[in-house]
Amino acid sequence: MNYKWDWGILLQEPYFGWIWAGFGWTCAVAILAWMIALSLGSVIGVLRTIPHPLPRAIGTAYVELFRNIPLLVQLFLWYFVVPEVVPREAGMFLKRGLPMPEFWTAVVCLGFYHGARVAEQVRSGIGAIRDGQRQAALAMGLTTTQVYRYVLLPVSYRIIIPPLTSDFLGVFKNSSLALTIGVIELTARSRQIEEYTFQGFEAFAAATVLYSLVTFAVMTLMHVTERRTRIPGMISLEAK
Amino acid sequence: MIRTFRTAFAAAAAFVLAGALPALAQESPTLKKIKAAGEISIGHREASVPFAFMDQAGKPQGYSVDLCLKIVDEVKKELNLPNLKVKFVAINAQTRIPLIANGTIDIECGSTTNNLTRAKQGDFLPVTFITGSKLLVKKGSGIKSLADMNGKRASISSGTTNEKALLAEIEKRKIKVETVMVKDHPQAMLNLESGRVDAYASDDVLLYGMISTAKDPSQWEVVGEFFSYDPYGLMIPRNDSDYRLLATRVIADLMRSGEMEKIYNKWFNPGPTNIKMPISADLKKAFSIQALPY
Repeated sequence: MNYKWDWGILLQEPYFGWIWAGFGWTCAVAILAWMIALSLGSVIGVLRTIPHPLPRAIGTAYVELFRNIPLLVQLFLWYFVVPEVVPREAGMFLKRGLPMPEFWTAVVCLGFYHGARVAEQVRSGIGAIRDGQRQAALAMGLTTTQVYRYVLLPVSYRIIIPPLTSDFLGVFKNSSLALTIGVIELTARSRQIEEYTFQGFEAFAAATVLYSLVTFAVMTLMHVTERRTRIPGMISLEAK
Repeated sequence: MIRTFRTAFAAAAAFVLAGALPALAQESPTLKKIKAAGEISIGHREASVPFAFMDQAGKPQGYSVDLCLKIVDEVKKELNLPNLKVKFVAINAQTRIPLIANGTIDIECGSTTNNLTRAKQGDFLPVTFITGSKLLVKKGSGIKSLADMNGKRASISSGTTNEKALLAEIEKRKIKVETVMVKDHPQAMLNLESGRVDAYASDDVLLYGMISTAKDPSQWEVVGEFFSYDPYGLMIPRNDSDYRLLATRVIADLMRSGEMEKIYNKWFNPGPTNIKMPISADLKKAFSIQALPY
């Protein structure tokens, strides 16, 4: 291969600054989207377990809709289609009124997509608790809200920490798709460095290392959370 | 691993064939590779009107593609392979350099600006077109030049010299322009049509090409002064003087014989998309200067 390596490019300005700026945007997109995903996913997941047909139907419809459409298609729908189908004023706001419309579109899209996945995990977490617990709690006089708040959710969140970890990692990796609508995050910055200097291999190597670092940090964080919140005697957590 | 094996295989094949090869091909790694593979790979853009774009049947065509095919003819003659296969590989602004560097394509036919940074990773053939950055705007937008862009939004194609030029110009003039990256010309047009951005910065000839293929060409105009100088050239792999000499000879011959201007007129004046750009005085001069004698 006829390629001239130049690792020094990564330490030169402006490229050094670009990589860090891109990394910052990647984290911003991923963390904000994850916050949406976690809150929305919890609500939808709970809806799917409530013994009443309407909330269940709403929850199921949401999950099926957002889980079954490819993420890239969803991104384009949010970016190109949604502003055109809402009233003109609102559309113009989405397209230009909003500060950084591309950034917020990406955050919302990723948040809704991962929300559907979180919802499924919350639902299965609740489903993993034997029904006796719910019945016992109700028999003690707790309301349905209290049953979820004090009995079902605290246990189910602990059970689903491992699958949630994968999704938290996924949101970081999927945030790179935001470059297709013009968010200049880490992958986009690497491409930009390649375009300016033609040292693409070095730029993408740096991006790979940063993605690995952040996913490693997330894994550590979730592992520590799992250990700290562990309840002795629960079978789903690692046996002591 | 596979690449190492392939290289070794190609080297072995080349060694066996060496006796039968003409002089140039013995030296040139690219020609050796083409001979061994029995095919030449042309990298082409898909929507750079009229340099390299797809016809109705989905076949690449255009000014740069025509020039590349002339070079292919010469390669056939040089290698004495009249039935050499031509493989078209679609490329974009981001993939063109890596694919030249790693040998996937043997020549790049698009609308690539020849500059000194890029010359570190690929070699350029003589300049075959001269252009520069301008802005595409909707008629009646009130934007007449870059100075009117303060507080507005503009799209730029990532991976282009226009991006570099626009960002530098924004900084120099101390104006505030929000930029939105797009991946290609069609996406830029979509952003313009939906009112998401006010302008798209690209090479003026490509902007005229976009207008000529737009749904309603009368809605659009190209405005402003040039804010960059972009001489185009076909790109080939680096460190291959013999292949470069062969290709340069083809281009110089075309320029000397006047055929270059005929090919130019075929695509630009008025051209299949009615782009109507008569040859500029600069380009005409460039043709005559680069028509090196034997």
